[in-house]
Amino acid sequence: MSFSSLLLQQTINGLSLGAMYALLALGFTLIYGILELINFSHFNVFMVGSFIAMWTLQSFGLSGQSIILTGLPLVGVLLAAFAVTMLASGTLGVVIERVSLRPLRGITGPAAMITTIGVSYILFNIILVTVGADAKNFPNPLPPMRWHVDGAVLELREVLIWVVSLVLMAGLWLFVQKSRLGKAMRATAQDPEAARMMGVDVDRVIMTAFFLGSALAGAGGLIFGLYYNFTSFIIGFTAGLRAFTAAVLGGIGNVPGAMVGGILIGLIEAYGGQFIATEWADVIIFSILVLVLVFRPAGLFGRLAPSKS
Amino acid sequence: MLLEFNDIDTYYGDLHVLKKVNYSIEAGEIVSLLGGNACGKSTTMKTIMGVVRPARGTVIFDGQPIEKLPTSERVKRGIAPVLEARRLFPRMTVFENLEMGAYLRKRGAEFDQDLDRVYSLFPRVKERRNQVAGTLSGGEQQMVAMGRALMARPRLLCMDEPSMGLSPIFVDQVFDIIQQINKQGTTIFMVEQNANMALSIAHRAYVLQTGQVVLSGSAAELRRNPMIREAYLGEMQVPAA
Ligand SMILES: Nc1ncnc2c1ncn2[C@@H]1O[C@H](COP(=O)(O)OP(=O)(O)OP(=O)(O)O)[C@@H](O)[C@H]1O
Ligand SMILES: [Mg+2]
Repeated sequence: MSFSSLLLQQTINGLSLGAMYALLALGFTLIYGILELINFSHFNVFMVGSFIAMWTLQSFGLSGQSIILTGLPLVGVLLAAFAVTMLASGTLGVVIERVSLRPLRGITGPAAMITTIGVSYILFNIILVTVGADAKNFPNPLPPMRWHVDGAVLELREVLIWVVSLVLMAGLWLFVQKSRLGKAMRATAQDPEAARMMGVDVDRVIMTAFFLGSALAGAGGLIFGLYYNFTSFIIGFTAGLRAFTAAVLGGIGNVPGAMVGGILIGLIEAYGGQFIATEWADVIIFSILVLVLVFRPAGLFGRLAPSKS
Repeated sequence: MLLEFNDIDTYYGDLHVLKKVNYSIEAGEIVSLLGGNACGKSTTMKTIMGVVRPARGTVIFDGQPIEKLPTSERVKRGIAPVLEARRLFPRMTVFENLEMGAYLRKRGAEFDQDLDRVYSLFPRVKERRNQVAGTLSGGEQQMVAMGRALMARPRLLCMDEPSMGLSPIFVDQVFDIIQQINKQGTTIFMVEQNANMALSIAHRAYVLQTGQVVLSGSAAELRRNPMIREAYLGEMQVPAA
């Protein structure tokens, strides 16, 4: 392969990984923007999401990569799988907030953050104990369609990942910018007390942020399965940490920043793996994180803390 | 009576801020709340809005106790704030800030009417409707803050230091508009440090000192009161010869 086709190939791979990190990074950013809370349970909501996706696909009679669907059945199964996974993951996020975080509201200090680490471990261990430690084969009903472009290979699953991620991110963007509840979310992130005095029910806004963030993490979990053809109880940490890095890179609290940050991290991982070495991917990613934090503490696009002005 | 405080005590932790405070405000009045720094003026406003809960006492709005109601319910019943230091949503546009003022109301003819009213009271706000609020000048922000409160179509407008940080000419304009809003039927409860201006438009006033009401009466009475003249109107008492 020539250098330019390698570059193109890794751009394709990087965009797919990046789309997944971006979906996951949005959850960190939505919740941080409103609560100034780093929600570590998000790592494993993503992991649980990929299991929910796997079970959903299995419930349609799919297993492994041997059963291929095309046309309407494929579209229907995928739509249903995304819908069920996102609803269930979103609900999981809402339950986590309601049970473990709302009682801590108003308590300053690290209590809430530590709680999210605890919840993350609980989810991790529930899956470990009930499902087991071995990696599970993830059903993939996509036909093996592929296109050759300038020496690089573009597979159907990558196109699917891009389209789904684009639709979800555009949907989130529209929701946050245009809907009444979305505007209440932005207002709450910018000045929670003033938002309350406009009549905003802040608990409802927080619940919405958890639902949306967790639903997107679930979609990310489904994409992970389709991309790697497996899932496991362990996948939350690496992907979660990279997505968190993406959110910080884009400026945590900043929605478009998380999208761009996710894509950047995906591309860095792909290029680094190709041109340096896969084992060095995390070293490169986190070195970039450190550099960004040293030189631009508020991330590439700014907004560290909700402004209280 | 539109609003009443009956023996209200408010605390922040151990800090006793409002001490057995009583206010009563009639529909149609402009009532001013005067007092030095940290005496509990903003806490009064927050107690009305319900972002701070009193430990004892009742708050009656329109004949009903509201001290246990959530803030959103109070807004629904017709209380709207113009907050200290404006507190606009800085990264939202002017129009979106106005929309937030009408958050609990349906969009439609009434919303459009209120928007027209705000735009005609503040033509500058209309000009700037697509600008991000954080980039407005202080005076423009004050107009948006007032417009945002009016978008709730309030019966009681609670204003916390509307003249803060404004040039004298602009203060005149703001107070003109406050009077205009009042004449159009909105009751106004207004915290002010600028006692001169406040007493020139208010019907009545209360003076708060370290959490206690130490004086109250008609604006005319208070303007003549030697203590007020000395403490708030910037006049020294002439020492007896
Ligand atoms: N959230 C809070 N937590 C703890 N103490 C508070 C809080 N808000 C206000 N206080 C304290 O309560 C007292 C009264 O504050 P308040 O804001 O009501 O004063 P104010 O009369 O509005 O003063 P200013 O004229 O400076 O605005 C102050 O001593 C203040 O430090
Ligand atoms: Mg104050």
